[in-house]
Amino acid sequence: MSMLELKGVTKNFGGIVACKDISLSVAPGQIAGLIGPNGAGKTTVFNLITGVYSPTAGSISFAGRDITAIRPDKVVTHGIARTFQNIRLFRNLTVLDNVRIAVDKEVDYALGEALVRSPRVKSREREICALAMEHLEEVGLADKAEVRADSLPYGLQRKLEIARALALRPRLLLLDEPAAGMNPEESLELAGLVRILHARHDLTILLIEHHMDVVMELCEKIFVLDFGVKLAEGTAEEIQTNPEVLRAYLGEGYKRVRSQ
Amino acid sequence: MLEYVSGIITFSLIYVIATVGLAVFTGFTGLFSLGHAAFFAIGAYTAGILTYFYDVNFWAALAAGVAVSSLVGVLIGYPTLRAKLRSDYFAIATLGFGEAVRVLLENLDITQGARGLPGIASETTLPIVIVFTVLVLWVARNFVHSRYGRAAIAVREDFVAAEMMGINLFQVRMRSLVFSAGCAGLAGGLFAHYVSFIQPGMFTAALSTQLTASVVAGGMGSITGPTVAAVLFVAVPEALRMASMWRLVAYGFLLVAIMVFRPQGLFGFREISWQSCVRCFRKKPAAAGGGAGQ
Repeated sequence: MSMLELKGVTKNFGGIVACKDISLSVAPGQIAGLIGPNGAGKTTVFNLITGVYSPTAGSISFAGRDITAIRPDKVVTHGIARTFQNIRLFRNLTVLDNVRIAVDKEVDYALGEALVRSPRVKSREREICALAMEHLEEVGLADKAEVRADSLPYGLQRKLEIARALALRPRLLLLDEPAAGMNPEESLELAGLVRILHARHDLTILLIEHHMDVVMELCEKIFVLDFGVKLAEGTAEEIQTNPEVLRAYLGEGYKRVRSQ
Repeated sequence: MLEYVSGIITFSLIYVIATVGLAVFTGFTGLFSLGHAAFFAIGAYTAGILTYFYDVNFWAALAAGVAVSSLVGVLIGYPTLRAKLRSDYFAIATLGFGEAVRVLLENLDITQGARGLPGIASETTLPIVIVFTVLVLWVARNFVHSRYGRAAIAVREDFVAAEMMGINLFQVRMRSLVFSAGCAGLAGGLFAHYVSFIQPGMFTAALSTQLTASVVAGGMGSITGPTVAAVLFVAVPEALRMASMWRLVAYGFLLVAIMVFRPQGLFGFREISWQSCVRCFRKKPAAAGGGAGQ
């Protein structure tokens, strides 16, 4: 059985076809990659899965349930969380508050109680804080808890986004270019972090990435998109030797460069 | 003289109640309202009519004013917030709503049209207003520091990311709008029973603008900032009354000065709190860079 399955998903924006008849399936516990040149429709696939757009045709299912054209705020109840290509943190809030907002859905108290700040609310708030701190510790941001999110360095902002997504306790994590703007060392460190989190939280991960070292290192299965169409899928080895992929994305010189 | 001063304080605090409500809405969800005078008017007229024509108890009338303006908040919020109107379009919708309510008040029989309601029982006193102000400030603070407040802030900061956190935009915005409408209604009820005379001309777009200006000048995302600004905006024109025609110039100048020198508002995102007062008087901890709390 597959965890996430897209069947013949098509998305048109007016006359432009962003995704055309895309089918892909990710098995439970897998780390899968989504690669392809800019404008290939990778982020559109994420937006379709998370209900930001609804598909023109086709269906999307998650853990056996249909989630086609789901409302974005319901996605998390199914156990899906994501990060964004162009970091979308709550910029003016502290690092801790960013994660607290994600933790909030776990600890429920009523509006009436909140308005008079009952003792129950106070103790729940303390729990929320403690949980949020745990999530920050995981990505190594605990000491930055009181810093404003937009004053963090770029790499740490990406990590904060991951912490915030994990705080939603997802089963499927969608990472949109988690290593963008990082140098090779940083991106490999990030790959290590993703691997640790994957094992610890029993996650299924689908990630979009342009750093091929990260993709090849992490992903058991890779999907290649080009102009909104799925060009190929397979293991890292298969993708690297696929002539079409080499021509469309990796470049003919890819093998040679890597073997040097 | 004492009466005059206490009058200004009462007026200021009535505006504070309405402004704090609007601060919870505009400052924390990022949507601008240019029609909050309508909620103020609905609270004033509901409470006023009840005590004037039906001899209803003052407290019950106040409560009814809050209830009716909250309800109208739901009615206006349902179509506008559901449509996910962008900030500026929402502002235009509320502007239209504000004017519509005013015209309605001018033409209904029960409101006695433009003549207004003269001789409403004078029930509002300074202590009552102080108690309500403290209460509203306390509730607003609790709201903002709860998960509901954080959800609202998340929506203001980035609604796409907020939705991914499982936050329902419509619900969050509606909640804040109803809260602010209720506060404005309460302020209206207190106002009607303080001045004893209300007419539609008191609740024009100028009042809505003043409320929104207080929130923006005080700081979007702060409760205490707009509170201070609301007091200033009532007290400063009064204090400058002897300068007659120049007072509006000074008032405008004050607004421009805030926009130029403190575009984030007087207080920005910050709040006045006991801790921050203490911190102000102590020496700054060297090189600790703040954030030593917790």
